[in-house]
Amino acid sequence: MLGRVQVPPKVKRGETFEVRVLIQHPMETGFRRDINGAVIPAHVVDRLVCRIAGREVFSAELGTGVAANPYIAFFARAEQGGPVEVEWSDDRGQKGRAVTTLDVG
Amino acid sequence: MRRRRFLAASGVALASQALPVAAQRFQPAQDVGPLLEKLAGGKRPEPGGMKLEVPQIAENGNSVPLRIAVESPMTATSYVSAIHVVAERNPRPMVATFRLGPHSGRAEISTRIRLAGTQKLRVLAAMSDGHFRLGEVEVLVTSAACLDESL
Repeated sequence: MLGRVQVPPKVKRGETFEVRVLIQHPMETGFRRDINGAVIPAHVVDRLVCRIAGREVFSAELGTGVAANPYIAFFARAEQGGPVEVEWSDDRGQKGRAVTTLDVG
Repeated sequence: MRRRRFLAASGVALASQALPVAAQRFQPAQDVGPLLEKLAGGKRPEPGGMKLEVPQIAENGNSVPLRIAVESPMTATSYVSAIHVVAERNPRPMVATFRLGPHSGRAEISTRIRLAGTQKLRVLAAMSDGHFRLGEVEVLVTSAACLDESL
């Protein structure tokens, strides 16, 4: 699954910065029907975790109330630089991952 | 007389047919009290203590931008541990739960949600000291999510 995570190019130690996550996913609610009247089965990203330098800083439990192609932005305090990993999984067990690097100067 | 009866009957038939399946499923506001109580573990949340940014009029309920900023110093001893979003008129009122911690720095979340109609949106924030805060905001939705049956 496609997705990406963005952080500011450079942050100072102790600074609070925004982490923005965008995932490409239909977030199908299960309430829609296709052209033949058959129910389109639900398909949603239900879990998302963000780790910075190996430490979990944010997680979310999503549902059908989240818009298609989920966008989630949250904050984190820069303690040490390293990889910013975002991992998510949907209700069909498919997993996705996006990584970027945090430069703490 | 027969013509009148025929017209009345066909009128009823047309009216019931014109109503799409989705509109019949159109949900009135549910009582989200029990859900909020469950999320708050039976505690009574204090009103306010947060800023909710959402358009007063959302043209498309399929994607409504929402920003939640809870007032908190976000230190190791006093922080927001979770933010729950509840939409009373959505078929599944539990929209999302965000879990933060002291290393979040700021208790602020932006996202885009679906809203099935004009309703009151509720945001429950769990504080690290065991207290809860409840924020409410009215959103007018002109074109609701879940009603669009086309692909």
